[in-house]
Amino acid sequence: MQEFALLFRQPSYDYSQLPPEEMKELTKKWKDWAGGVAAQGRLVSNGPRLGEPAKVLKAGGVVTDGPFVEIREVLGSFIIVKAENLEDATTLAHGCPALDSQGSVEIRPIW
Amino acid sequence: MIQKHDALKQLFQREFSKMVAVIARLYGLEHIALAEDIVSETFLQAMESWEQRGVPEHATAWLYAVAKQKTLYHFRRTKILQDKVLPFVAASASTKADAVEPDFSQQGIRDSQLQMMFAICTPAIASEAQIGLALRILCGFGIDEIAEAFLSNKETINKRLFRAREKLRTEGITMEFPPEHMLATRLDNVLHVLYLLFNEGYYSTTQDKILQKDMCLEAMRLCLLLTGYPPTRTPKTHALLALMCFHASRFHARQVSPDDLPVLYEQQDEQLWDQALIHQGHHFLNLSAEGSDLSSYHLEARIASWHCVKEDTTEKWEEILQLYNDLLFINYSPGVALNRTFALYKARGWQVALVEAEKLKLENHFYFLLLGELYRHTDTGQALVHFRKAHTLAKTQAEKRGIQEKIDALGTF
Repeated sequence: MQEFALLFRQPSYDYSQLPPEEMKELTKKWKDWAGGVAAQGRLVSNGPRLGEPAKVLKAGGVVTDGPFVEIREVLGSFIIVKAENLEDATTLAHGCPALDSQGSVEIRPIW
Repeated sequence: MIQKHDALKQLFQREFSKMVAVIARLYGLEHIALAEDIVSETFLQAMESWEQRGVPEHATAWLYAVAKQKTLYHFRRTKILQDKVLPFVAASASTKADAVEPDFSQQGIRDSQLQMMFAICTPAIASEAQIGLALRILCGFGIDEIAEAFLSNKETINKRLFRAREKLRTEGITMEFPPEHMLATRLDNVLHVLYLLFNEGYYSTTQDKILQKDMCLEAMRLCLLLTGYPPTRTPKTHALLALMCFHASRFHARQVSPDDLPVLYEQQDEQLWDQALIHQGHHFLNLSAEGSDLSSYHLEARIASWHCVKEDTTEKWEEILQLYNDLLFINYSPGVALNRTFALYKARGWQVALVEAEKLKLENHFYFLLLGELYRHTDTGQALVHFRKAHTLAKTQAEKRGIQEKIDALGTF
C-alpha cells in the first residue's frame, strides 16, 4: 500500500452564518465519511484543519491577506490515506462532504 | 469451615502482592522469586499456627512480623546481606541499621506497590508473560489460577513466569518511581497492562466465574491505587477506571444464564445492573474530563456509559457512532471498525450500514455475523450464506450455537 494525500478545496469555509444545528450536522457528515475510511483501516493521518484569517507572502516581500482570489477553491484541510494505487485512493474520496459544498478533492501520491 | 478457608484465601491474596512488593523493594527486584517464597512460607506458617490457636486479632500485623523475621533470616543465610546489602548500608552513612528491614507501614506498602506496578509494566517484557507476572505479583493469584485463566497448565505458566522474572533481572529493571520526564510514557504502559488485565477477566474463556470477576476487581483495585498518588492521578487514569466501573456494573447481569454462558447484552435484565458502580463510573468520567487529554480510554468509557442506558434510541446510537468514529481516528482495530459499523446500522439503518460493511473485508465470524444481520433485511439467501460462514469460523461451541439459532430463525420466514 502507498500513501496518498486527499486535499479538500471549497469555495468557502466561512461557517459563521451557519446555525449551530446545521454546523453539528456538517461536522457529523465529515466524521462519518472519515470514519468510514478509518473503518477500512486506510486512514494514516487525520490531518490538521486549516483556519482563517490567512496571509500570503509573494516574491518581492509583498504580503496580502486572504481570501485568495487567484484560487477559486480554498484549501481547507487534508488527510492522509493508504491505498493500492491512485484509482483505489480516488475511490476512498467518494462521498467526501467537500463535494456537497461545490468543492473538490485532489488526490496526490506522497513520495 | 469453607467460609473460614475462603476468608483466609482472600486475606492471603490481598496481602501477597503488598508483602512481595515491600520485600522486593528492600532487596532488589532480582530477588523477586525469593520474596515470593518468603511470603508463601509465611502463609504456610500462618495456616499451621492459626489452625491450632485461631486467627489472631491483628492478622496482617502477624503476617508482616513473621515475614520480616523470615526475610532477615533468609538474607543472612544466603550471605546476600553481607555481600550486597551491608556494603551499601555502610556506604550511605546516614542509613540506620534498621533500614534493612522491610517497611510494612501504610506508606511503605503503597509506595512499594506503585513501584512494583511500574517495574512489572515495563515494555521490556512480552505482553503475555507480563499479564501472567502481573496476575502473580500485583494481584497475588496462585499458579493454578493463572493456568486456568490462560487455559494452560501449571508447568507452562511457571516457565513463562520464570522467563519473565529473568527478563526483569537481565534488563536491569529496578523498583523506583520513574523520573518526571518519563512518567507519562511509563504510566501509559501501566494503564495498558491494567486494561489488558481487566479484559482478560471480562472476556476470559475460562469457565471459572469467580476467577473472572477477581481478575477484573484486581485490575480496578490497582487502578484505584494509581488515583491515590498525585503524579499518577491523571485524567487518563480516571477514564480507565470509569471504563472498568461501567463494564463491571453488568457483571452480575451477564452471569445469571442457566447454561453457564455469558448472557448477551440484548438479553440482560437491566434490573441486575449495579447502579452504584454505574454511579462511580460517572464520577470518574467527570474527573477524567479535566484538561484536554482525549485518550482511547476516554472514548471507550463514554461508549460504555451509553451502554448503561438500556433503551434503544437514535440519539444513543448516534452518540455511540461518533465516539467510535473518534476512536478509529486515534487507533484502528478490526473490532472497533465492526462496532462502528454496528452503531451505524442502529443509528442510520441497514441500507447505509450494508454499504459500509461490504467495504471492511474482514475475515472473522463477527464480521460475517454482522453481514448476515444486515442482509437479513433484504436478501435471506445472502444472509444465510454469511451466517453459515460465521458458523464455520466461530471458535467456541457457544458461539456456534448462537449463530445456529440465527440460521434456524431465517428458515422460518
